[in-house]
Amino acid sequence: MAAQVTATLSLEDLAARIADGARIALPPDYSGCAMAAVRALMRRPVRDLHVVAVPAGGMQVDMLIGAGCVACVEAAAVTMGENGLAPRFTAALKSGEIEMRDATCPAIQAGLQAAEKGIPFMPLRGIIGSDLLRVRPDWKVIDNPLAESGRRDPIVILPAIRPDVTLFHALKADRQGNVWIGVRRELMLMAHASRQTLVTVERIEDGDFLQDAALAAGTIPALYISAIAEAKNGAWPIELAGAYPADRKAQADYVAAARTADGFARWADEVVHDKVPA
Amino acid sequence: MSKAVSAQPSGAVSTTEIMIGAIAGMLAGLGHIAVGASSPIPGSAALLTRARSKGATRVSVLGSRENNPFTDGGRELFDCAGQGRIDAFFLSGGQIDGAANINLVGIGDLDDYPRAQARFPGSFGSSYLYFVVPRVILFREEHTPRTLVEHVDFISAPGTSPPDVYRPGGPYALVTSRCVFTFDRTRARFTLASVHPGVTAENVRAATGFDYDAPARVPETPALDAASLELLRTTVAREVAETYPAFAQRTWGM
Repeated sequence: MAAQVTATLSLEDLAARIADGARIALPPDYSGCAMAAVRALMRRPVRDLHVVAVPAGGMQVDMLIGAGCVACVEAAAVTMGENGLAPRFTAALKSGEIEMRDATCPAIQAGLQAAEKGIPFMPLRGIIGSDLLRVRPDWKVIDNPLAESGRRDPIVILPAIRPDVTLFHALKADRQGNVWIGVRRELMLMAHASRQTLVTVERIEDGDFLQDAALAAGTIPALYISAIAEAKNGAWPIELAGAYPADRKAQADYVAAARTADGFARWADEVVHDKVPA
Repeated sequence: MSKAVSAQPSGAVSTTEIMIGAIAGMLAGLGHIAVGASSPIPGSAALLTRARSKGATRVSVLGSRENNPFTDGGRELFDCAGQGRIDAFFLSGGQIDGAANINLVGIGDLDDYPRAQARFPGSFGSSYLYFVVPRVILFREEHTPRTLVEHVDFISAPGTSPPDVYRPGGPYALVTSRCVFTFDRTRARFTLASVHPGVTAENVRAATGFDYDAPARVPETPALDAASLELLRTTVAREVAETYPAFAQRTWGM
């Protein structure tokens, strides 16, 4: 991967960089979800995404499934939190229209850490005796080769997770493409592990975040960022820490509408495709 | 209704508050308690424990901004637990069985996976944290033969492990809307420890799908004292509302 200059694009052009069939890493609801870009992907619509939820998925994953954009989900969970089960995810598993790769939170993080280091796998404690090992033939149990002699120490190893693309939303980037994420370091992990990273931001600022020690510690350097796009309220209706809270009514409205495929389609016409309801 | 309660002008103790009190009783004196996703009842118990500890107990709540000390992303909680820096954690399950196996994935034959008859959100961090956190307290409000089953359909995380598997942690107790069970890891079996006010040992037996041990006389789950209840309904309720607004609204009208 040769170093490239970070591109500044329109929202639609940024979304266009996500190819059909891409393995895409998406952050959890508390971390900065690029919801405006997700709606752009639904309008296109992108097809056959392999979604890696880092480590759990919420509304953005459910919306993409409802719009028929997803072939496979790898996640420790998909949930609408206090609003209950994720309706389109649940329906898609029942009908068999998506493949599921159940995981556990630290397994996804460990897989990304392996990719970040450029190594093939990462060991992790726990998991042995869980049925996750039965539905994840790509997870293996080995004997710890460094255990004291004569002592057996089985341990799980997890293959590296190398996403084609990471997509998230953040408060701000500078014109060089450095993206400030504060303490949301899972975004750093995702960017390090992914072939490309696409970021929408509330605003693009003058100056260089890396020259300011207070900002630099919480900044993903442009080295890892493929492209940025400005998107005001780009996380709506999910919260963006330090900027705006979740729109709980919009989330509850979604869950109520998406209980059925028809309800989801009507919701998408209005909220995603901007059609005024008849 | 217990005596401690009638002094409260704001009303009777709810089952939710009984559960919070029971869990808080298992947390006193611990140094670091972590609270995961979708865990408002244990979260309330942990924050109550902190409020009563006068600064001795640290609480980390996933999804909170005000009560989350982590600065290294989602993995930090797990790395912290892996090193033994977390003393207590909480897990639930769509199904929990008599050997403390928990199922967060779904109901249905494993051969049909992933096309479950009923799909739950997923295992979250359970398959890891159940092994490494010394005191894992299981909680489940719905106490019926549907939720407390003989064998779970999918093991997200096993209750016990063979001796050669690295496992400093595991289940400690199970708290439901009816009772408290303690868990014996060597026998892989629950014992009925107390029943909540208004519940009998016979009620519990009829509502539980797995077998367990019970003493001849089962005590009542102790109620929170008036000062703790007041603390829970004021300071703690406000802290809980930050992460679990719908729960705080339902439970305390905030």
